[in-house]
Amino acid sequence: MTWSAAARGLHQPDNTAFTQQRLPAWQPLLSAGIALPLFFCAGLAFLGLGLGLYYSSNAIQELEHDYTGDAGAGSCAACAAQGQGRAPPPPCSCAWHFTLPELFPGPVYLYYELTGFYQNNRRYGVSRDDAQLSGLPGALRRPANECAPYQFSGGLPVAPCGAVANSLFNDTFSLWHQRRPGAPYVEVPLDRAAIAWWTDYHVKFRNPPLVNGSLALAFRGTAPPPNWRRPVYELSPDPNNTGFVNQDFVVWMRTAALPTFRKLYARIRQGNYSAGLPSGAYRVDIAYNYPVRAFGGHKLLVFSNISWMGGKNPFLGIAYLVVGSLCIVVGFVMLAVYIRFQDQDDDDNDDE
Amino acid sequence: MAWVTVGHGTQRFLQAIPQISTLAWYTTLVPLLLVLGITAIKDLVDDVARHKMDKEINNRTCDVIKDGRFKITKWKDIQVGDVIRLKKNDFVPADILLLSSSEPNSLCYVETAELDGETNLKFKMALEITDQYLQREDTLATFDGFIECEEPNNRLDKFTGTLFWRNRSFPLDADKILLRGCVIRNTHICHGLVIFAGADTKIMKNSGKTRFKRTKIDYLMNYMVYTIFVVLILLSAGLAIGHAYWEAQVGNSSWYLYDGENATPSYRGFLNFWGYLIVLNTMVPISLYVSVEIIRLGQSHFINWDLQMYYSEKDTPAKARTTTLNEQLGQIHYIFSDKTGTLTQNIMTFKKCCINGQIYGDHRDASQHSHSKIEQVDFSWNTFADGKFAFYDHYLIEKIQSGKEPEIRHFFFLLAVCHTVMVDRTDGPINYQAASPDEGALVTAARNFGFAFLARTQNTITISELGTERTYKVLAILDFNSDRKRMSIIVRTPEGSIRLYCKGADTVIYERLHRMNPTKQETQDALDIFASETLRTLCLCYKEIEEKEFAEWNKKFTAASVASTNRDEALDKVYEEIEKDLILLGATAIEDKLQDGVPETISKLARADIKIWVLTGDKKETAENIGFACELLTEDTTVCYGEDINSLLHTRMENQRNRGGVYAKFAPVVHEPFFPPGENRALIITGSWLNEILLEKKTKKSNILKLKFPRTEEERRMRTQSKRRLEAKKEQRQKNFVDLACECSAVICCRVTPKQKAMVVDLVKRYKKAITLAIGDGANDVNMIKTAHIGVGISGQEGMQAVMSSDYSFAQFRYLQRLLLVHGRWSYIRMCKFLRYFFYKNFAFTLVHFWYSFFNGYSAQTAYEDWFITLYNVLYSSLPVLLMGLLDQDVSDKLSLRFPGLYVVGQRDLLFNYKRFFVSLLHGVLTSMVLFFIPLGAYLQTVGQDGEAPSDYQSFAVTVASALVITVNFQIGLDTSYWTFVNAFSIFGSIALYFGIMFDFHSAGIHVLFPSAFQFTGTASNALRQPYIWLTIILTVAVCLLPVVAIRFLSMTIWPSESDKIQKHRKRLKAEEQWQRRQNVFRRGASSRRSAYAFSHQRGYADLISSGRSIRRKRAPLDAIIADEGIAEPGAAEYRRKVES
Repeated sequence: MTWSAAARGLHQPDNTAFTQQRLPAWQPLLSAGIALPLFFCAGLAFLGLGLGLYYSSNAIQELEHDYTGDAGAGSCAACAAQGQGRAPPPPCSCAWHFTLPELFPGPVYLYYELTGFYQNNRRYGVSRDDAQLSGLPGALRRPANECAPYQFSGGLPVAPCGAVANSLFNDTFSLWHQRRPGAPYVEVPLDRAAIAWWTDYHVKFRNPPLVNGSLALAFRGTAPPPNWRRPVYELSPDPNNTGFVNQDFVVWMRTAALPTFRKLYARIRQGNYSAGLPSGAYRVDIAYNYPVRAFGGHKLLVFSNISWMGGKNPFLGIAYLVVGSLCIVVGFVMLAVYIRFQDQDDDDNDDE
Repeated sequence: MAWVTVGHGTQRFLQAIPQISTLAWYTTLVPLLLVLGITAIKDLVDDVARHKMDKEINNRTCDVIKDGRFKITKWKDIQVGDVIRLKKNDFVPADILLLSSSEPNSLCYVETAELDGETNLKFKMALEITDQYLQREDTLATFDGFIECEEPNNRLDKFTGTLFWRNRSFPLDADKILLRGCVIRNTHICHGLVIFAGADTKIMKNSGKTRFKRTKIDYLMNYMVYTIFVVLILLSAGLAIGHAYWEAQVGNSSWYLYDGENATPSYRGFLNFWGYLIVLNTMVPISLYVSVEIIRLGQSHFINWDLQMYYSEKDTPAKARTTTLNEQLGQIHYIFSDKTGTLTQNIMTFKKCCINGQIYGDHRDASQHSHSKIEQVDFSWNTFADGKFAFYDHYLIEKIQSGKEPEIRHFFFLLAVCHTVMVDRTDGPINYQAASPDEGALVTAARNFGFAFLARTQNTITISELGTERTYKVLAILDFNSDRKRMSIIVRTPEGSIRLYCKGADTVIYERLHRMNPTKQETQDALDIFASETLRTLCLCYKEIEEKEFAEWNKKFTAASVASTNRDEALDKVYEEIEKDLILLGATAIEDKLQDGVPETISKLARADIKIWVLTGDKKETAENIGFACELLTEDTTVCYGEDINSLLHTRMENQRNRGGVYAKFAPVVHEPFFPPGENRALIITGSWLNEILLEKKTKKSNILKLKFPRTEEERRMRTQSKRRLEAKKEQRQKNFVDLACECSAVICCRVTPKQKAMVVDLVKRYKKAITLAIGDGANDVNMIKTAHIGVGISGQEGMQAVMSSDYSFAQFRYLQRLLLVHGRWSYIRMCKFLRYFFYKNFAFTLVHFWYSFFNGYSAQTAYEDWFITLYNVLYSSLPVLLMGLLDQDVSDKLSLRFPGLYVVGQRDLLFNYKRFFVSLLHGVLTSMVLFFIPLGAYLQTVGQDGEAPSDYQSFAVTVASALVITVNFQIGLDTSYWTFVNAFSIFGSIALYFGIMFDFHSAGIHVLFPSAFQFTGTASNALRQPYIWLTIILTVAVCLLPVVAIRFLSMTIWPSESDKIQKHRKRLKAEEQWQRRQNVFRRGASSRRSAYAFSHQRGYADLISSGRSIRRKRAPLDAIIADEGIAEPGAAEYRRKVES
């Protein structure tokens, strides 16, 4: 080349690796040495993971009961019929009886499950005011426009505003255990604290500043959502569990991804039940308030224990098993193709 | 990109409507502002550069008479009617009428390289009266002539006008006009009157429209964006219908969805249509256009920076003047090249000669031994020697000095005396002004060998013969013209004898030789050898003339030269009579120096399946000779001439007419080659032939028709019909020609005007739908440069016209191979990979919303956080693909040049076309399905690790988004074949950035500050601490990428592409290359018999010399070159190469 550092022209470009496009680079080729081991290793790893996931999912016990009360099934049918076509439906209670032949290992989680409920509908999902829920006094009095039509009620700002809050799930459950037939039912303690995310309970949801030490005064001049029977500051007698930081409320406000979803109601881990639910007969008393039949939804109660991977869901395990075996099959196909065409390639080289 | 911006502006507007605002206001505003900002900055920089360039030219100065005095004035202030003064080496700023000059005979020499690419001088001559009276400043200031002239037009060779001055009128012609772009040479000072200025000047009129050039991929890209738009609208409409249906079935009965507005389901569907337009708008890649611009800009800089396209001798780097065409460089099918100054250096050097049958000029010492290395001949004994002249044959010098062989001295004497060169000795050393560079080379050679041409008057010529000055009386100059192909001079020696000296093309000279020429055969052999070395040859001969014979001839000559009709023909006939029975002295061989590396470049480009057409204003023989020299034509090429293919074209027309008349083009296209396949063929045609075959010949009939006024409707319809038929016929003829020409591996068009050059380019562009590149250096190439898809200017020469209108410029033709095979190919591959990936990544990203809509009642719910949507295209996925678009290279530049076959991918649009586009979209669609459905399965029932918040929307969004970011970044990793540390950094950096920003946006702190804007508080930390979610992400990424790996591996193994193979053997090839470098490969010249002769194709200065200023009738040199004699005299017999058996 003619250029040199000594006699450098005025317009001579720089001789650097970047300007001359000579940056040191790794030029990976998808060679058999990389692709085949990748597939075999990935296949084996996925098979292992799949087996692990599958067995842990299978080890999880679940007990679920649909208490919607469709077509006269169960004692909740009466409630369902009673609430038909009335909004808000009148309070009603019913019960679900079940028997555990053996210990249901703990810790046991109690969920309620709704189906056909589109919490992920956009119109529904945006109908909330996070500023209000984070306790900003200004936002309390002036809810966001997204909350309409649950923004103002009778001229008063709605707190908490919006459709999500208005549709708060308001069925309540209590669990009773009968150790021996004929023995009295004993209430099983339900741990209803800390059922929401720590960040939700401590950061995202905050009560407005107390006025004279009273939450009620803080909420004065606001109206509860139309469907609520109680104002928000009376959701629970526990001062740490009322207002916007009521755990049930917080759980509800974390909207679900899919129209069928479960939400945590309580943990059972106290007293005699820390090891799980012992065998015996059980009764769940249900305060049946929440109407779902109008839109064809269902309400379920679920007892479940969990493993390292969470709740019961065989999908991921099976998916891993399928993908893992496919990887190995494809790996063999690639190996076969490689061996078949490798020879041809060498012939080409000889021709050159 | 304007309409995309408009589209997004609309979207912004839509988002302002609450019912349909499905995304936060910032989601499209932030990217839009970014895109607009970058575009604005780039345009600003471009504009500033352009203004600077314009300013430089506008602010050049020259002297203009203002208020009675010459004042320095900027070019931009020059107006029609100004009287200006130009000095030696000034550029002519406008078309001006030459009024007077400081030289005798009111001559003014100009160089027209800018206009026609020829560097030899032309002369212009002022009117006698103006020259006489308008020499001084005061007279010029009071000049009050009135000029009536033609409208501004683009004919460089024609000018008609009349000067009215002092109650007389003087006709003006092109001889008196200095055109803008010429350079004043050898004239101390001249004065002129501005006739046309600025855009009215002939050169500007000739330069054609500046077209806004766009690349094939641009058009393709636009159509693809339209396609995506259509897909977007269809999807939105489908989802809107789905929503209306869902509302009717489910939504209306869901009390919790009550929103206080009693809208009907169909109205809700309608609103959701707009909502989905907003949600899915990311399918239409808003940042596509700006990213493409950035990549092209970067590639342009790489071209500018390339040291291997930097010409150190002239300190000229390559320059991408247009930054928007780079990838088109990788798709060139046809190259149209100028000859002079582009393929050749336009330097003629005297290389060899044959005297008395003996060849001189090889490397030899005085004792006739040849050496491979020997120093130049020392000419210091000769006071007149030109220092730049190099000769290596010491033996010849030895012979001249010994004087043993009188023919040798005779030979050089002939060279010194038989020419029409003008001499200029005013400033020290002798300076020759030759009408053609060939002649200059010959006279310079004679001067070095001791026979220096010193001076000439109207009828004498003074030569220094080895130191002794002798003056000869010139009795007649029998000037050159393209039919005669020779020139002679008749002189009377001081001793009193009369001699005729003649030089000319071997074919014409051999016909006129005396039968008794002993060295005829040897000289013939020498000519063959010279021709095989692609040297331009001339035969020299002389004869003694008896006094009586001359007197007789002179009578006829005088009679012919005053003949009023057919003077040229009469003169030619007279010349013929005396130029016979010549005695052969020998032959000269002149090298028309090719630029370095031209043959190699051409063969490389040919191997890359690029067809090369040479378009030159030069004459056929020269062009053909150059064709052989640069190996465009080789020994086994069958050369066809225009006349040869006339019949072929004619038969084809007949066949077509018989088959389907002029509407044959509507019939299915039958591809039938004109030539039998398998032969290497080249076509040589002339401008006149082109005109004949391609343009409508105005028949008398149509003329009459035109004169008549259409009376009836019938008549008018008839006329338009016949016009249309004629048009169709012309089109058919042109198409046939292009088809035929494209079957040849090389095409040479000689004697073509700038307009015709552009026309040829346009024909190929139009009928072949191929990407064309035009390369040239002079103003005569401007039109073609502007017409071709890509114009390349040779820079570093004085003329800037071609460079100014070009898209790329560099100093040497050989850089073209690097521009195309390396930069073009890389740019193409990068752009294609970039586009494919870009469409893929946006589809993979956006269609997740689509799949999700089936599970949320088609409610335009987004599958991601708004902030993620905002930043995805800007931060999380843009940098790696941009860097790949800038830096990627599949094979190195050396291998790209070594295997030109790699270039065909671009020509055949293999890497980006509709099929590839849809494959990319499909890939995106499948990826989006995997991205949605695997998390969906995982979230169907799941419960968090601690049982809290199972399967909530926000965790789902984070899971899908994380999988998406990892997938698309790993995918670009798979697509990148050249991993520099920046690539690695950007890929892993993008992923890291995603997680970093997400954790920030989901942090408690930012929620406390802006509770409404950041609603995902805590989601990332809660979701991503669960192994289950990570397992979901891993599976998703694996399922997205592993099939890609498998398919690539299989296709690479089963159907490896050319580049795959080369990449595979990279190491071995590199070793080979290093080994080869040590071996020097010698190139053997083609060995064929070609005759060429060393004259410019215009008449020399003979008229001027012999006639002084008394004879007014002469041909203007400019006229000769640009008007193309072929057009002026279509009947002129073409010199046909004799194919020697």
